[in-house]
Order: sequence, then C-alpha cells, then structure tokens
Amino acid sequence: MDKKIRVLIAKPGLDGHDRGAKVVARGLRDAGMEVIYTGLRQTPEEIVKAAIQEDVDVIGLSILSGAHMSICRKVLELMEQYNFHVPVFVGGIIPPDDAEQLLKMGIAAVFGPGTPISEIVKKVQEVVGQGVA
Amino acid sequence: MEKKRKDFINSEIETILFLAERINEKNQLALARAITLIENNPELIFHIEEKYKDTLTKNSSHIVGFTGSPGAGKSTLTDAYVVKLRSEGKKVGIIAVDPSSPFTGGALLGDRIRMKRHFTDDNVFIRSMGSRGNVGGLNDAVFGVITLYKLYGFDYIIIETVGAGQSEVDIAYVADTVVLVLSPAAGDEIQLMKAGIMEIADIFVINKSDLEGAHILKVNLEMVLQFSESSKPIVLTVATSGKGIEELHREIENHKIKLKDTGEINERAKRRIKKHAEVIINKGIVEILSDQNLTDAVQVSEVVRDVIAKFCQKHSRVGEKS
Repeated sequence: MDKKIRVLIAKPGLDGHDRGAKVVARGLRDAGMEVIYTGLRQTPEEIVKAAIQEDVDVIGLSILSGAHMSICRKVLELMEQYNFHVPVFVGGIIPPDDAEQLLKMGIAAVFGPGTPISEIVKKVQEVVGQGVA
Repeated sequence: MEKKRKDFINSEIETILFLAERINEKNQLALARAITLIENNPELIFHIEEKYKDTLTKNSSHIVGFTGSPGAGKSTLTDAYVVKLRSEGKKVGIIAVDPSSPFTGGALLGDRIRMKRHFTDDNVFIRSMGSRGNVGGLNDAVFGVITLYKLYGFDYIIIETVGAGQSEVDIAYVADTVVLVLSPAAGDEIQLMKAGIMEIADIFVINKSDLEGAHILKVNLEMVLQFSESSKPIVLTVATSGKGIEELHREIENHKIKLKDTGEINERAKRRIKKHAEVIINKGIVEILSDQNLTDAVQVSEVVRDVIAKFCQKHSRVGEKS
C-alpha cells in the first residue's frame, strides 16, 4: 500500500506569472508526489472544489498579485464551509507583516522568492505526516 | 502484529462502507476519499460490490474512453464533449490519467487544466490519476473508480488515457465506446495500418482539423478502414472551438444504441470484469511474492506453490468480514 502524497498547485487571482508555480509543481513531482496543476486565474471556489474532488493532502497557492490576504481568507472560508480540511501553503511575493497575518489566519506556511525546493518538499512531507498520525 | 493488521483491515472496510453510503447520497467529499482508498487498496471494492449489488447492476452509465497521442487534444475534446452532455442535463464523471515517473513515482497531472469551466459545476466530477506503474495507458484503480462512479450515479463516465503511443490499449477492456483522437502530421498511411491502438477504436476523431494535413489524414484513414470493410465513423473536430462536437456526440450515441441492439454491451461489461479481476489477481500475487522471504536457494515451483496457496487462503476469507 503505497500512499502517495497528492498536492494541488493553483494560481488564484489575475496575475499571469506562473513560472514559480511550475517550478514548485515540477519539484514536488520529482520528490515523488502527485501534483495536480490547475493553471492560471482560478477563483477560490474553483480551487477548493478541485481540491475536494482530487482529495489532495495539501493545497499550494501561488500569488504574486498582492491580493493574497483576501484570496487566502476566502479559500479558508470555503474549505470550512465544505468541511474540507487540509494544510494550505502560499508562495509568492508576500510582505513579512502579511505573512505573519496569513499564518495567524490558518495558512500552514508561507514561502517567499528564493525558497529552495527542498525546503518546500520537506515542509509538505512534514505536515502530511502529522495529518495522517 | 497479526491482530493489529486485522484491526487495520477491518477499520478500512468500515470506512469504505461508511463512505459508500454517503456516495449513494451524492456526497462528493466521500466519493473523493473513497477513490483514494481504492487507489491504495483495490480489493476494498469487493465490499462495495457485495453490499450494493442491485444498485450497481441496475446502473447504466455509459463509459466513453478517449485515447490518442500526447497533445492530440484528448483533454480539450473531453472538455468540449462535457459541455454538450451538460447541455442535455447529463451528470458526468471523468477519470483523467497522466503518466507517473518510473524513477520517483511522482506525476504532474495536468489534464484538469483544460476543463476549468466545469470546476464549479456540481454535476461534473473530475479525478486526475497517475498511471502508477501501469503500462497500458491507465491506472489499475480505474476499474474500482468506475464502480464508485456508478454508485454515485453518473450518466456518463469518461476516461482519458495517458498520451498513448501504439500499444497502450487497455482502454479497450474498460470503455463501452473507445474514441481514438488523431491529429494531422502524425505520420503516413503505414502508421494507420499498424496493429495496436488503431484496432481498438470504435470512433476515429481527427482533431485540430483546421490544420494542414487533416484532409489527407482523413483520406488515408478511409482507405485503410476499407481494407477491413469497417464502417467505423471518422469525425473531424476542432476541440478548442467546439467544431464537430455535435457530430462526435451523435456518433457516440449511435454506437451506444448499436451496442445495446446487438447485445455487445454485455460482452464489453464481461470483458471489463475479467480485466478487473486480472489486475487484482496480478497485483495480489506479486505483492505476496515480493513479501516472500527466501532464506536459501529453493526451487521455483516451491515458491509458486507457496505464493498461490497464500493468495487462495487470503481470498477465501474475503467477504466474510471476520
């Protein structure tokens, strides 16, 4: 029984910069995970519904538009509403003060530019391990 | 140790039956979770089959398979076809398989990206799967997922294979209707005459038919089909614009009717069950074999007898919920 870690990588909001999301998706793939990539300009509703159907262990949001506060709040609200509870990661350009707020809000981790892939992989394995126990 | 394992198995059975009840009530969270369980332990489906035998045999979901080479447009075509099905109020369950890495086991599942417009439609359920070592273009768990989809009550079940080359033909054992998606500039008529994937299509689609070479491909395909006096339809489509989708839908419906009229639909169902059993037997036996501790060099015949005996012993208990 080889339980695979499944991760949804999504880009909410209106910015079109998906290189970061692609790099992370590829890195997690190479770490042996199944990565569902849903592409650009997703609404929180679309992201949460996709995460539910795919039964992912982790959601990764890539946001470079500056709208991270409202997007993350909405995503967490919807997850609550649909009774779907998995850790949510955020990557992108996030000011330190906002990062702190996001963590308080319930985001599991925030990754800024230059974060090594190995660190993200480790964090995903860590939170999934905790979730299963 | 043995007791612990037994407890674990029993709790897994309870979980899957609990989820099955919710699936029957159209709960998508439960469906998604059950798929994960089945993917990791395909034999769990036995318990659902047993408990929901009547519901499942009465079900008449039509299973459509889309196969073809990478980038031919399978996902985009699926997306366009689903628009058509939804306009008729049909509920659709999709299984989209992409390749798993033979080295790390990881996978990038990117079929869903073509189906964005259906994400918030509660009557469309999309599940992406890695092929996880299956070399026939599918994932071994698709059979179990089909059973779960039937329990949920989708009218149409669409299975999209990995980008197929010439010999990934397992979809023929799974689908009621196999649609082979071709695109222009993929080779001459000799390619079309080869054995393998060309033989399994019920309907041929030439997608990207707005590109140069589509017409030549159609002529070549018609010629090759004449060799076998086949009357299989060829449909020209442009999936991105929706061109030809009406006709594709019509051909799938025609095929569906033909299957029913000739009784072939039952043959296909039997073929599917046989393949499902084959997958479970193979997997189960290989698993026991790899757990087998060979202390010193023994004869192959001994190992085989041992493994088969263990497999039989295990399965004589299935269903008794001991």
